[in-house]
Order: sequence, then C-alpha cells, then structure tokens
Amino acid sequence: MITKQGSDPLIQKPSFNKNPQPEKIRLRKTSASTWMINGVFISLILITLYTLTHLNTENVKMADAFRGLMMTLDQMFIHPNAGSDGFMVLLEALGVSVLLAILTTIIGAVVGFFLAVLASRNLTNAYFGAGIRSAMAMIRAIPTILWALIFSIAVGLGPTAAILGLSFHSVAYLTKAYSESIEEIDPATIDALKVTGAKFWTIVFQAIWPTIIPSLVSWTFIRLEINFANAVAVGAAAGAGGIGYQLFVTSGLSFDFHEVGYIVYMVIAVTIVLEFIAVRLRQHYLAK
Amino acid sequence: MNGSKLTAAKYLGHKRLVQSGVLLLVGLIYVVGCYLLKFDTIQGALSIPKAFSWLAINFMPTHESMSYLPQILNKLFETVLMAIASVVVAAVIAIFFAILGSKVTGINKFMQILVRGIASFFRNIPLVAWAMILLFSFKQSNFTGFLALLLMTIGFLIRAFMEIIEDEAGEAMLALKATGASYFQVIFQAVIPQIIPSLISWILYMIENNVRDATLVGILTGTGIGFIFDLYYKSFRFDAAGITVLSIIVVVIILETLSNQIRKVIL
Repeated sequence: MITKQGSDPLIQKPSFNKNPQPEKIRLRKTSASTWMINGVFISLILITLYTLTHLNTENVKMADAFRGLMMTLDQMFIHPNAGSDGFMVLLEALGVSVLLAILTTIIGAVVGFFLAVLASRNLTNAYFGAGIRSAMAMIRAIPTILWALIFSIAVGLGPTAAILGLSFHSVAYLTKAYSESIEEIDPATIDALKVTGAKFWTIVFQAIWPTIIPSLVSWTFIRLEINFANAVAVGAAAGAGGIGYQLFVTSGLSFDFHEVGYIVYMVIAVTIVLEFIAVRLRQHYLAK
Repeated sequence: MNGSKLTAAKYLGHKRLVQSGVLLLVGLIYVVGCYLLKFDTIQGALSIPKAFSWLAINFMPTHESMSYLPQILNKLFETVLMAIASVVVAAVIAIFFAILGSKVTGINKFMQILVRGIASFFRNIPLVAWAMILLFSFKQSNFTGFLALLLMTIGFLIRAFMEIIEDEAGEAMLALKATGASYFQVIFQAVIPQIIPSLISWILYMIENNVRDATLVGILTGTGIGFIFDLYYKSFRFDAAGITVLSIIVVVIILETLSNQIRKVIL
C-alpha cells in the first residue's frame, strides 16, 4: 500500500456522502462583529444626515461667507506680519505657553505615576484601585478649559489657575496611560521580587519603573503636545495669558488677521519641534 | 583591556548616574519654570482644597436650578450631534486622503508628501485660531462650531487612518494584488474591509474627544454647551454652571462606556 510515513493512506475508501456537492465556501462572515459594524455605521450616518439638515446657520449667505473666509486665509497665511505687538512680545507670550505646557506635564507625570502605581490592578487591592480609576475618569470627563475656568474664580485669574486647571486633566490622563502600561507587566517580574521579601516601594522602583520607562516617556511626550495645545486654548478662553491670549485679542478684538497668521505660524513651529522630539525619543527607546 | 571591562556594578552605577542626571534636569526646569511664571507650588497645592470647598458650596445644584436642566440638556444634545456629524464627515474626507497618501496604497511619492503636509498643517493650527477665523466669516452659528471641529478632526484622522492602513492592510493587499486585481478592487475588497474595525475605534475616540473640544469651541464661538456654560458662569449663576458640568461628565462617561462596549465586540 502507498502510504506517507506515519500518516493516513493516500488512497481513501470512497465515502458514502449522499450530497456530492461540497459545502459552499462563504465569502462573508456574518457574526456579532459584522452586525455591530453595520449598526454603528448606519446609526452614525443617520445622525449625521439629521444634524446636517437641521444645522442652524443663522441665515449666513454661504457663498459670501466662504469668499470672506478665503480673504481672511489669504491675509493670514500669505501675508503674515508681527502686527502692532512686534516679534519680541509674541515670542515672550509663546515662551509662557511653552513653559505652561512643560510645568503641567511635569506635575502630571509625577503625580500621575504615583496614582498609577496605586490604581493598577496588579499592585493594589481592588477597591482602592477602582476608586482612584473612577475618580480619574470623572476628572477626565470635564474638559480642560472648564477646569481652568473653575480654578480661575477659586484662586483668581492668572498663571496659577491655568497651571492647576491644565494639571488636573494631565494627572487624570497620565494616570490612566501609566496604569495601563503597568498592568501589561509580566506578573513573574513582580512575583520574583515579592518572593525575596521586597517591600512595596522597592518593587515599584526596582521592577516596575525600569520596565515601563519606554512607554512612560512616550506617553509623557504625547501629553506634552496635548498640553501645549491646551495651554494655547486656556490662554484664549480663560484669559490666562500666553500666546493663546494674544491670538484671542488679535482675532477677536483687533481683527488683525496678518498677525493671527504670524501667531499661527509660531505655534505650528513649536508643535513641529515637539513632534520631532517625540518621534526621536520613541525611536531611541524602541531601538534599545 | 581591563580598563574597559564592564562589570554589573559599573553598568548599574552608570545607569543610575544618567537617571539621576535626567531627574535633576527635570527638577531644574520645573524650578526655573515656576520662577518665570511666578507659580508657587505649595501655595498652588494648598489652594486645591480651597477651590474644591468653594466648588462644593457654589456649584451645588439647588431645587431652583433644576429649571435650567431642559435648556442645558437641549444644548448638550445639540453639541453631541454636532460632534458626531463633524467626525463622520471628517472620516469620509480623511479616508479618501489617507488612501491617496499612505505608503502602501499611495499613488506616488509627491502625493504622499503632499497629504502628510496637509494633515500636519490642519492638525497643528490651534483650534482657537480656527474658531476665531470662522467666527469672523460665519458669525455666531452652529455651523461655525461644526466647521471648526471638522477642520481639526480631518487633520487628526488623515494621520490616524494612514497609520492604520500601513500597519494592517499590507498583507491582504499583497494577496489580492497577486491575483491580478485592479487598484480599485484592491482598495474596496482588501484594504477597506481589513481596516474597518480600527477605523470605527478611531471614529468613536474622536467623537468623545470632540464633545470635549466642542465646549472650548462653544465658549469662543457662542454655540452649544460651551456657550451656555460661559453664560451661566459669567452671570454668576454657579448652580446652573454646576449642573452643566455634571451633565457633561455624565454624557462623556456614557459615550466612553458605549464606545468601549462597541470596541469589545468588533475588535
């Protein structure tokens, strides 16, 4: 008999299958996942159609408005100039915004790390961790700008309100990001240290900290980029100073769009530098 | 030879030195930053409990403030709809550009660089700038808020979709190309079906994000939930502002839970 070594005979007995047609190959799977995808798509599209047809445009003539917009954009991006404030004033304001972003990221990272350690499922008791996680979810749900506004009445308008407002959101965001990284750690690493009788903070600084440094750095820099955008926004909407405030004044009060364009270019330059640093750092840590 | 011998103690010592150096640098930046911004860390930390007790007294909703609730919910509903619409329209535009510009499906090098440039430009213009420019031409209407969110979201989604296509669609594309399928067949039969779950995940994330950003846009352009918060806040009706914040929390958490459930099913 012809056999392949250690397997079934190549020639098989004819089977008594009454249906000679093989089962049709199904090209599309219908499963819960496909149903859900279709459902989500259809409802999103229906909501969008409803919203767009019911959008309140206050009877603005669209053609005129778009022509006006084009003119504004032309003034902004083709003919930017430093306007009445001058380059040095704008540069100083930009520096304030950058500092705001850096300070709040540092606060967010330090406080966020300790909270993340206390909130991670694999390190602390379940109730305590769940408490911190839901408190952070609440804080994250409130937009940064509202935090800044709330603090600006409580402690007075100025950099302190802006720093506290931005820090709150950063802490909540980074706590979640860090604790997710901590939860991905191999439990064997933690167990190995526990067996030696190491104390809680020894485990944190000898096992957790070295393992999560790459994702820690990566998340922190993502947050720095977000914080810079938020610092600009808080400056504009809460009057907390910095380049955002200049942007608000020139575009909303003095309508000097040449200067608005100039400010926007300055902000873009900073974000590109931040993005460049973030990409380089990620490559550096991934290479290790 | 023995001069460059690397012992464990030496390695760890060097590592510790680098880490301490980095921490010291960060600390220094913090101190200098605080000095320049005139921010007193201890004073700031002490004012947090003060702020919260102030919040607890002033922002606490009373019986009378419940009468604001229908108006708040109405505006909030409007804001959520606007956020969803802006994300969906942005997603339709973004997927088109992402296919043109990604490294695996892109038409040519020039197009790829162009799309990347456009996406980065749209993404990095501050939302404040968009809102203020659009407010000037389109006046105080919901359409202004919608456009501001739309333009910002397009930039984000083009980048996200391009990364998804590059990460996930490569193999399926290659398989279909090998059968001799045309470019459009490859796009519609391989690329799009392959990336749909991640696509939806990103769309849901952007919706949550835009509900939050809509508050900022609302404060600046006088629309939606941001406008109503600003109105109550500036006219010292803090109890009503408190309910507005609470409703935002509830809606954002509901959206977050909902999208997490959807993600669990589709991914």
